[in-house]
Amino acid sequence: MYKIINADFLADNIKRFVIEAPKIAAKRKAGQFVIIRLKDGGERIPLTIADSDITNGTITIIVQGIGKTTKELNTFVAGDFILDVVGPLGKASHIENFGTAVSIGGGVGTAIAYPTAVALKNAGNHTIAIIGGRTKDLVILEDELRQVCNEVYPTTDDGSYGFHGFVTQKLKELIDNGTKIDFVLAIGPIPMMKAVAETTRPYGIKTVVSLNPVMVDGTGMCGGCRAIVDNKTVFVCVDGPEFDAHLVDFQTLERRNKTYREHETESLHNYLCHFDKAFDEGLLSKI
Amino acid sequence: MADLSKKERMKIPRQPMPEQDGFERSKNFKEVNLGFTEELAKMEALRCLQCPKPVCIEGCPVEVKIKDFITLVAAGDYLGAASKIKEDNMLPAICGRVCPQEEQCEAQCVVGIKGESIAIGRLERFVADFEREHGGLRNPEIKTKTGKKVAIIGSGPSGLSCAGDLIQMGHDVTVFEALHELGGVLIYGIPEFRLPKDIVKTEIESLKQLGVDFQTNAVIGFTDTIDELMQNGYDAVFIAVGAGLPYFLNIEGENLNGVYSSNEFLTRVNLMKAYKFPDYDTPVFNVKDKNVAVFGGGNTAMDAVRTSKRLGAKNAYIVYRRSDIEMPARKEEIHHAKEEGIEFILLSNPLKFIGDAQGWLTGVELLKMELGEPDSSGRRKPVPVENSNYILDIDMAVIAIGNGSNPIIQQTTPELQFNKWGNILVNDETMATSKKGVFAGGDIVTGGATVILAMGAGRKAAKAINDYLIQN
Ligand SMILES: Cc1cc2nc3c(=O)[nH]c(=O)nc-3n(C[C@H](O)[C@H](O)[C@H](O)COP(=O)(O)OP(=O)(O)OC[C@H]3O[C@@H](n4cnc5c(N)ncnc54)[C@H](O)[C@@H]3O)c2cc1C
Ligand SMILES: Cc1cc2nc3c(=O)[nH]c(=O)nc-3n(C[C@H](O)[C@H](O)[C@H](O)COP(=O)(O)OP(=O)(O)OC[C@H]3O[C@@H](n4cnc5c(N)ncnc54)[C@H](O)[C@@H]3O)c2cc1C
Ligand code: SF4
Ligand code: SF4
Ligand code: FES
Repeated sequence: MYKIINADFLADNIKRFVIEAPKIAAKRKAGQFVIIRLKDGGERIPLTIADSDITNGTITIIVQGIGKTTKELNTFVAGDFILDVVGPLGKASHIENFGTAVSIGGGVGTAIAYPTAVALKNAGNHTIAIIGGRTKDLVILEDELRQVCNEVYPTTDDGSYGFHGFVTQKLKELIDNGTKIDFVLAIGPIPMMKAVAETTRPYGIKTVVSLNPVMVDGTGMCGGCRAIVDNKTVFVCVDGPEFDAHLVDFQTLERRNKTYREHETESLHNYLCHFDKAFDEGLLSKI
Repeated sequence: MADLSKKERMKIPRQPMPEQDGFERSKNFKEVNLGFTEELAKMEALRCLQCPKPVCIEGCPVEVKIKDFITLVAAGDYLGAASKIKEDNMLPAICGRVCPQEEQCEAQCVVGIKGESIAIGRLERFVADFEREHGGLRNPEIKTKTGKKVAIIGSGPSGLSCAGDLIQMGHDVTVFEALHELGGVLIYGIPEFRLPKDIVKTEIESLKQLGVDFQTNAVIGFTDTIDELMQNGYDAVFIAVGAGLPYFLNIEGENLNGVYSSNEFLTRVNLMKAYKFPDYDTPVFNVKDKNVAVFGGGNTAMDAVRTSKRLGAKNAYIVYRRSDIEMPARKEEIHHAKEEGIEFILLSNPLKFIGDAQGWLTGVELLKMELGEPDSSGRRKPVPVENSNYILDIDMAVIAIGNGSNPIIQQTTPELQFNKWGNILVNDETMATSKKGVFAGGDIVTGGATVILAMGAGRKAAKAINDYLIQN
């Protein structure tokens, strides 16, 4: 059982949790993730370790509620317990002083990119963050990133805040303005990562993405998380999650991620019905 | 009764195992074999000739005192029989169910030369079940605490049996397990209908009562490395991480939606209980009224194909390159699969998977084979029949062609020596690795093998670890 020490919403539907897990806190490196299981009968889902505090023995995860498990997790509050947390899993981000490093986050991807941006800064890079959201309220971690990055550019699809447009347009603008970019990390929805890869490809800028296939064990035992990189099959949980964006077969990833669409819809539907009922009966005093 | 003549004993036929009806059971996950009644067990025990030289024992990798325990069964002393077995085999309820007896103990039994051998496995199972159900489980004595600490990595049969022995020798034992549940393949691989999970849980519970400390969610290599365990006060380490890396066929279309490794398919269904979706959250491909093909001919393939039938598959096929004589699966499992309506497509090799525009599996191209000359393993090698390609329509595929070694330990423990398949190299007698104080056994050493061999290795290691701890 892993105790939630603190929980707060960063945006509508995006919640930050500080969880007691001293061993993981002490070991984790930027780019690694945990797999959690909320309760008996629950699914195992991967979440990136956004931050850790060795002194207090805690890790931070930032979760976007998109389906049954993440939405249920987002009803958890400080003092609640998560049944299983295992990690740190996956390979740590490859960090070096590239020169100028741009970290791009889309939606909750910003949370996944955040620890690596910090590590890139610590390695001496001039760090730029481009963080996108559909609308102002969905741009997260801006203050946190401002504390570590040299430049931070929020972007919104609807122009309600920061740069009006996609993260790739902002990236292209920087390149066109003559900013010498040596390294790009892009994490977010698959179409966004694909678009970033295509933006940097003509310039030969080294670009890394973090892949998000469906996982089960997270230890290389099941092969369910396989993706195609450089025309070879990889197991993302142990060979990644970060890969060279210019070599990733995004189409296969996107397609495989739809394997359980029907199940996911059913599961969420059941959960929300149950949830509504509980709400009507006044059982959900917590939220 | 006990003074029957040899002739009279030989006249008794091998007692049938009561089992669930084939059609009924192909729709549920309850255990197929129901187990002997007392009458059946006694009758079966009377068939044993009490050989002066019981060769059956030579067939058992851990040398269970078969003749002695059968004598006790015939006399109705089932608890005594259970203790007798447990002198050599800590997990009889499990081995009685899943050992390939027809290749081991029963293959040697003299009665089997002319007739059918004594049903040693079924008797073993009966005795263990009797003991469990009649509250006869007795905690063995624990020697005075030595103050030494041993870390065991992996909670499969190898790790569990090593833990059981070491705790009785007076050492402190912690078992680290990567998953959230204990038991290894016994929990996530072998399905409920062949090995009820409650039995595995009971065995683990009794180890807990003896004082073994279990830590789940601990992936050694990531959570702690072996070096860190030793720095943190463990005096010895036993690596029993199994063979946890699925092999794929490496053919076109293997990443289409609907293609699984047997590990993933079985883990989703057994460990995560996807057969109870949506009551349990983890999904698995919905095979209801669909066609499923499982590639391979071992126990894993049989488990996967029978599982898919239970999930409602219309047609469930085994596709195997060789003929059924060469199938490595236990005969009983093949027999049960056939009874449950599984179709066997033998001497066929998959060439590529075919998908629709959305990337869902729709079929597999197969090539027919015929048996040629025996290969180095002594089995006749399948050779392709020219122009015999055809397409089998399927919606889900499970690849069950074996497992390699998971590389996490190798990558995080540089001093260990491995062979080219990633198996840890050990001293055959002591299971000691090339790293001081570190031992290894089970599938990580042998490659995918059997429960009883993994258990035997765990016990051998326990002895050697005890010696090592006394000397150091
Ligand atoms: C390495 C990695 C790191 C991640 N880090 C974060 C993070 O920091 N914050 C965050 O909000 N999300 C993160 N995700 C995504 C997160 O795991 C999914 O949103 C979550 O699993 C969805 O589960 P659900 O039941 O809520 O939704 P569902 O309705 O079940 O699924 C919605 C979608 O999520 C994906 N998904 C479903 N089940 C799994 C699974 N078992 N494993 C992986 N993906 C799945 C599928 O694409 C699916 O279509 C990460 C994913 C990976 C692989
Ligand atoms: C589907 C299937 C059916 C089978 N049927 C039979 C049968 O009928 N009869 C038979 O005799 N044999 C059968 N076998 C083979 C038998 O199950 C194995 O030989 C046996 O389980 C091996 O035992 P083990 O203890 O070496 O490893 P495992 O049972 O594989 O256990 C290893 C454990 O270690 C854990 N682990 C791995 N890496 C780490 C790490 N880094 N840190 C912590 N923990 C880790 C794993 O999660 C696992 O729980 C079958 C195998 C399968 C897959
Ligand atoms: S442990 Fe297995 S091989 Fe040995 S006697 Fe029992 S069933 Fe036979
Ligand atoms: S070989 Fe067969 S008959 Fe002889 S003791 Fe063993 S089980 Fe009994
Ligand atoms: S999640 Fe099972 S191998 Fe990666």
